[in-house]
Amino acid sequence: MAVGTVNPGQFMLARLDDVARWAQSSSVWPLTMGLACCAIEMMTVTSSEYDIARLGSEVFRSSPRQADLMIVSGRVAQKMGPVVKRLYDQMADPKWVISMGACASSGGIFDNYAVIQGVDTIIPVDVYVPGCPPTPDGLLYAVNLIQQQIREGGRGGILARA
Amino acid sequence: MTLSATPPPEVISRSDTTMVLSMGPQHPSTHGVLQIVLEIDSENVVKADPEIGYLHTGIEKSAEGLFWTQAQTVIERMDYLAPSSNALCYALAVEKLLGITDKIPQRAQTIRVLTGELTRIASHCVWLGTHGIDLGAISVFFYCFDLRENILDLQEATGGARMHPNYMRVGGLNGDLPDGLLARLDALIEKFPRRMRELRGLLQANPIFQDRTIDIGTLSPEEAVQWNVTGPSLRASGIAYDVRKAFPYCGYETYDFDVPTRSEGDAYARFLVRLDEMDQSIRIIEQARRRLDTPGPVMIDDPKVALPPKETIALSMEALIHHFKLISEGFRVPPGDVYHSVESPRGELGYYIVSNGENKPYRIRTRPPSLYNLQALKGIAPGNLIADLVVMIGSLDPVFGEVDR
Repeated sequence: MAVGTVNPGQFMLARLDDVARWAQSSSVWPLTMGLACCAIEMMTVTSSEYDIARLGSEVFRSSPRQADLMIVSGRVAQKMGPVVKRLYDQMADPKWVISMGACASSGGIFDNYAVIQGVDTIIPVDVYVPGCPPTPDGLLYAVNLIQQQIREGGRGGILARA
Repeated sequence: MTLSATPPPEVISRSDTTMVLSMGPQHPSTHGVLQIVLEIDSENVVKADPEIGYLHTGIEKSAEGLFWTQAQTVIERMDYLAPSSNALCYALAVEKLLGITDKIPQRAQTIRVLTGELTRIASHCVWLGTHGIDLGAISVFFYCFDLRENILDLQEATGGARMHPNYMRVGGLNGDLPDGLLARLDALIEKFPRRMRELRGLLQANPIFQDRTIDIGTLSPEEAVQWNVTGPSLRASGIAYDVRKAFPYCGYETYDFDVPTRSEGDAYARFLVRLDEMDQSIRIIEQARRRLDTPGPVMIDDPKVALPPKETIALSMEALIHHFKLISEGFRVPPGDVYHSVESPRGELGYYIVSNGENKPYRIRTRPPSLYNLQALKGIAPGNLIADLVVMIGSLDPVFGEVDR
């Protein structure tokens, strides 16, 4: 293509890093992994009322190889812990984790022999969402915070609090 | 933290003709954390063994350490698609043990029926939406969850939370219905028939849906009884057993409704029965709505069980003492054991409760309908294709919070 005249507004200059991060943050694909009550609210965010597609995260992938974000949606039983850990290990880097709800974050009301007292004892968590279960808006906000982390750098330990 | 167990292998064993695979616990169509140990001969299922326990939460054990009223909080989290059914069944069982079943105010009973039926519709909405997704009909999901959202708004208004409202109490309800709720309920009742027509229009005559579900997972009446199946899955096999008719509670005998049944016993019949059930539920809701125009108390008038009205606490020494006692050590339930069951969206949900006279339950044992319905999978899966297994799990509608507890 011959070099012609360049009209104003035809080009935009940016750092490649920023463009890559913008693209990455706009397509955070979650893993289809429903555990308990919170999984129903996780499904609700894809429904028309909340519509997580606005954030580019409506593509729930069933294979951990294709997912960027693990939403730990519910209580993690002792028997499920190793499975969650293996799914996390199977996800390709870079990957993010949302601990959705009180049970995933700390064991919640189930302080007993059966429930792992916080999924952060087995995998690193980026955003904690309080609630039992959190509202879909709470989860949307958590995805927003993940996007913010991707754009601005830095990892770990944020509480999604209004 | 060190994890005590190792995750299951993907391929468990392999021989010349068959292969034993692990389907789940993370699988898009197992509706939660079900693992199926699947023996297959190419595409055909030879044997399917449901492996449960991936969501074992120790709810029954947790409840033993809580006061009778507090235990309701953990019990609502068993069947998280129908929390009000769980709470209702537990409250009814404890009331039976206390001997106050006859003293529950009429208005409280009507509201209990109302919330029970609303939660049934909401639960069937989730079932239908996810069943549709499993079969590739994604738009059904959006219609279902829109309807469910309306019901959750009402739940949120009654109890304060969308999914676990904790609205029931032993002896009645947490409080009366909030202002304006009945108008919103009327709007829902008006919207419902149109939405049901849309849902039926999307799937009922759809040739792909019919091909995938007709003659799939057929459960004969004898088999259904032998597997202890209850609820819509049993009624689709031609047995009209419904706890609301067989052992009425909360005045269900005064409501006019039918028990829909089908004789085919396949996945399509279970689909039709659940849709018909949603229509019957709205019929009950309409009747309950008409009874709610007259005001009345919603909590039993017994200071040993019910909290005194807030405005009396500052004025009456007796009320203050009752309030303090109930909050700090709860109420005591006479020694004995009791079984009570209700018709939850999945079938007969029962609680067997033992009390030793303390302010906490001695033992709570649940009869979760999903667990018994799920075991029928073992009987109907062999001989079908792997793709049909997805249909069968969906049509049995298990909820793993309840299966594993």
